[in-house]
Amino acid sequence: MKKFRDIASARRTWAWPYVLFLVLFVVLPLLLIIYYAFSTPGGDFTIQNFVKFFHTSEAVNTLIYSMAIAFITTLICLLLGYPAAYIMAMADFKTPQVMALLFILPMWINFLLRTIATVELFNMFGLPLGEGALLFGMCYDYLPFMIYPIYNTLQKMDHSLIEAAQDLGANKANVFTKVVLPLSVPGIYSGIVMVFMPTVSTFAIAELLTHNKITLFGSLIQRSFGEGGIAMWNYGAALSLIMLVIIAATSFFDQERDHDAQKGGLL
Amino acid sequence: MTNDYIIEVNHVFKQFEDGKYALNDVSLQVKKGEFVTILGPSGCGKTTLLRCIAGFQVASSGDILLKGEDVTSTPPYRRPVNTVFQKYALFPHLNVFDNVAFGLKMKKMEPETIVRKVKAALKMANLMGYEDREVDTLSGGQQQRVAIARAIVNEPEVLLLDEPLSALDLKMRHDMQIELKELHDQLGITFIYVTHDQEEALTLSDRVVVMSEGKIQQIGTPTDIYNEPQNCFVADFIGESNIITGFMIRDKRVRLMDKEFDCIDGGFEKDEPVDVVIRPEDIYVWDKAQEKRGQILGQEDDDAEDRVPKGKFTKWYGTVQTCIFKGVHYEMRVLTPEGYEFLIQDYHEYKPETEIGMLVKPEDIQIMKKASLFNTFEGEIVKPNKVNFLNADWDIEPPAMEGLEVGDRVTVEVEFADVDLQDYEEEGKLSGEVAFILYKGNHYHLTIRTDEGGSIEVNTNDVWDDGDRVGIMIAPQHIRLKKLTAEAQEK
Repeated sequence: MKKFRDIASARRTWAWPYVLFLVLFVVLPLLLIIYYAFSTPGGDFTIQNFVKFFHTSEAVNTLIYSMAIAFITTLICLLLGYPAAYIMAMADFKTPQVMALLFILPMWINFLLRTIATVELFNMFGLPLGEGALLFGMCYDYLPFMIYPIYNTLQKMDHSLIEAAQDLGANKANVFTKVVLPLSVPGIYSGIVMVFMPTVSTFAIAELLTHNKITLFGSLIQRSFGEGGIAMWNYGAALSLIMLVIIAATSFFDQERDHDAQKGGLL
Repeated sequence: MTNDYIIEVNHVFKQFEDGKYALNDVSLQVKKGEFVTILGPSGCGKTTLLRCIAGFQVASSGDILLKGEDVTSTPPYRRPVNTVFQKYALFPHLNVFDNVAFGLKMKKMEPETIVRKVKAALKMANLMGYEDREVDTLSGGQQQRVAIARAIVNEPEVLLLDEPLSALDLKMRHDMQIELKELHDQLGITFIYVTHDQEEALTLSDRVVVMSEGKIQQIGTPTDIYNEPQNCFVADFIGESNIITGFMIRDKRVRLMDKEFDCIDGGFEKDEPVDVVIRPEDIYVWDKAQEKRGQILGQEDDDAEDRVPKGKFTKWYGTVQTCIFKGVHYEMRVLTPEGYEFLIQDYHEYKPETEIGMLVKPEDIQIMKKASLFNTFEGEIVKPNKVNFLNADWDIEPPAMEGLEVGDRVTVEVEFADVDLQDYEEEGKLSGEVAFILYKGNHYHLTIRTDEGGSIEVNTNDVWDDGDRVGIMIAPQHIRLKKLTAEAQEK
């Protein structure tokens, strides 16, 4: 018979609480979503929830619109974030950490507070809320998630690679396009995934910054559960599953790259 | 004609932000096709010098000429030199072929030309058939070859190598040394090679440049550097050596350990103190117990009769302390009655406690001028009986103040042996770190780098280690002052 001490000291024993946690809060909810998505409020199997989605042009349009907004947000974050990360990683700053900290600092504050503050800012300057405000708010909230993984990759890059390129006759532009950019691709991917995934499913930012005028896919799901009552849960679950598949597809794309470029990034 | 030289480095200084000099007045000329090694311990400035030639760093002052053309501030991509980096710096996102082709593509060469040249370079580096391999699947030695191929494919005028073999294991390193030497013969281009490995430097080079503390200590062929070191640093850094202090009696006659020895060096003043280098393998030894009266050697000591040279050589005696077998020879530590310790290498074993006789041929005694005989500092009288030097105020004895007034600039002299080192840095007037240790047969000669950036040399019998923190004290009676002349005061 095994002694209690042996069992307690075995590494696998200590994994059980985590396994339990994962089962309770990740696997079980997932199964519930799948169950609800494929069943009627009465509990019978159906694919009606999905059929309903694809036949409601408003819902499909919302999904496409949400993805477009997420795409544009990601693109803006990339265009703003890459140079910032590059400057932080490459420039001869005495304290690049301070600058990195300043970019990260807003992340310490709850994003709802930040978004409400953004609304107040727009009101103060008399700027209209709407699509522009939504994009601004999303970029403001998610820019650090783009900067950080790219900064991380660039910072870890062996500086002698840049010197080697210069040594072999590459001018500044060539050093960037032939060496720095290709080597920072893993960071860019991490950044894209970290910005795109949350923005495609967000709803709070849209509600606050557009006064509920613009509905994103996340809002649609939230309303199905929040306002639709228990009868809408099945439809809401189906919408959630559709979004999950899209997010899963994005991250799968990221993992595909992972094995040939495990050179940094955050994910 | 100055253009005999492919590289000319003229009085180059490189000062870093913290004010320290990485290069301190370095001048070097390299002929076309030469294999020159820059050798020195870490932090001596050798890599900085290489990086200034490559263009990654710009000299603070002085100039660097390549083929007679000033390139001091030319960016690296416009210099006709290529570098093999210490950790290879291969591009991880490119395969072997693309790594090697990188420089040619930058020059916008025809694709057929690129393929031809890359194949030729890979063949030269013994890497045929590796074109499509990813660089991180290669071994250290193979990566090294790719790095070399990537540099030589550009047909540079000068190939710069920054400790290229330091990451390889011993056997691989020896193989690569031979290959590098062959490559140099084949290509006929100039190699500038940086290393801290003295054996590597002696094996590979046409000329060796020994550096320390940002300065060139000696430039010469490997045999010159080994047999005729110009100062204690070179003698100590290259190979093993016995360094002891002596006096020149006259030309070709030196006094060591209260004995007179013939030597072959001249040009010194009478009674001038000198440092003497005797290589451990140059000392002949025999068993004293076997020695017969009237003869230098005994009959029964193996073949010592034939081995040890006969003639009127000065001999001395000592007792073997330790004897270690080193593969080819035995390495012995021998203590003389006068308290001098010698390191001796011989094919014969003499067990500890054996009393042995020693002699050395005159041509194997290398005499070096002493860089200095005592510490000299610039100082200022800041108060009556107080002098400031090395950024600290020191007490002096009243008689030393004679003829001096507060505010006078003075030269301060302190004998090496008069500097006291304390275990605890707080106990000294100054704190510092042991930067360089030289064993001089019967005492240690230390160079202490003070925290304020000055340096002070100390003779001591105590054992210290490199990097030890020490407190520095000088007793008032040991501080000698000399007033500077009027014009020196002005400065």
